Amino acid sequence: MEVPILKQGAFLIATFQAALSDADLNQLRLGLVQQVVKYRSQAVIVDVTAMDVMDSFASRTLREIAHMIRLRGAETVIVGIQPEVAFAMVQLGLTLEGVATALDLEEGLAYLLQKFKNID
Amino acid sequence: MSKREITLKDSGPRSNPTVDLARSEESTELLRELVAHLRQNRTQLREEWVLRISETRLLTAMTKEEIFAEATSVYDSYVEALETEAFEALQAYARNLSERIIPRGVETHEVVGIVLLLRDVLARSLFAKYQTDFKKLNRILDAYEPAANRIANTVAVGFVQERERVIRQQQEAIRELSTPVLQVRERLLILPIIGVIDPQRARQLTEQLLRGIRTNRAKVVVIDITGVAAMDLTVANNLVQTVEASRLLGATVIVTGLSPEIAQTLVTIGVDLGKMNTVGDLQGGIEQAERLLGYKVEKLAEPR
Repeated sequence: MEVPILKQGAFLIATFQAALSDADLNQLRLGLVQQVVKYRSQAVIVDVTAMDVMDSFASRTLREIAHMIRLRGAETVIVGIQPEVAFAMVQLGLTLEGVATALDLEEGLAYLLQKFKNID
Repeated sequence: MSKREITLKDSGPRSNPTVDLARSEESTELLRELVAHLRQNRTQLREEWVLRISETRLLTAMTKEEIFAEATSVYDSYVEALETEAFEALQAYARNLSERIIPRGVETHEVVGIVLLLRDVLARSLFAKYQTDFKKLNRILDAYEPAANRIANTVAVGFVQERERVIRQQQEAIRELSTPVLQVRERLLILPIIGVIDPQRARQLTEQLLRGIRTNRAKVVVIDITGVAAMDLTVANNLVQTVEASRLLGATVIVTGLSPEIAQTLVTIGVDLGKMNTVGDLQGGIEQAERLLGYKVEKLAEPR
């Protein structure tokens, strides 16, 4: 399954689809970092609004993606986690610790703009 | 049909169906007879019952007129239940009666008490009527007692069921009252918690908060637990989970109002407090929230 990745200035926006298989996620892990390298992006927004379940593999993959992207000096923000999904995740102990999160795409962009404005 | 005309297959050594059927026929006859007697003597039996009720100081929450009115309908329903053996109807009546008298402050022991008093009053009148024919009195009582016991049981159960329904309703109402999620500034929500949090309520709280964060696009939430007396491990973990889940939706949580007892509990239990952002009281929490959101509050004039 192809995950659309859009370029928005210095940022990349990846929109995860509803039913991503483990194979899809594995491909994404490497693929996203490759895109960061290719476009010299400063941050990636991963939009999971369409995901109505998040299992431990998906959660772990997201954390790994964020860590890998950080090794390239870039930031990752996960946006669009649904209330029910968030509730289920914390009950399973999947807290996405160390990864920035925001309510939705708009908030994610605002967060990044704020952050990079301060660095300048 | 007389006893001799009934021919039934032999159902084995346990019982003699011929005799059983005959016995139940006879008991129906006797029941009819005693119901007639109870109807005939309705007025004085009811009065005697009401007198006994006030003697034993039951139904003190009701006026004499109310007692009389309810007594009349209870008496009639009692006798009708004896006659028709329609106990579902009686139970419905009992629940209906309970719905009326529970708000008046009538208690379970009073309802059971008055039904048993009525049972006694009617039994005594049967003793009086059949005192010259001991055998017949015995048979009448054989017919009366199971039915009377069942009536007492049915009414008591109906009353208790109604009470339980009221309690459930009140619990629901309390639950709904107690967890409002309030927006006090743009992007700032307050969740004041009062009373006892059980796991179910904690879950409801979390779900409500997460929905509120999404609807109001909140960036900061202040959860105030000044009104919570105590917290156990499960609820403490629920609180931590609420904080974590809120973060996944991009909101920061500030917990305020931890009592000394709860502070001690949390430290003793070993809850990971690094995950929790806490401030002493609600005022402090709101002030910090405003700072986080970029507000500055300035006093321009004295209160008028």
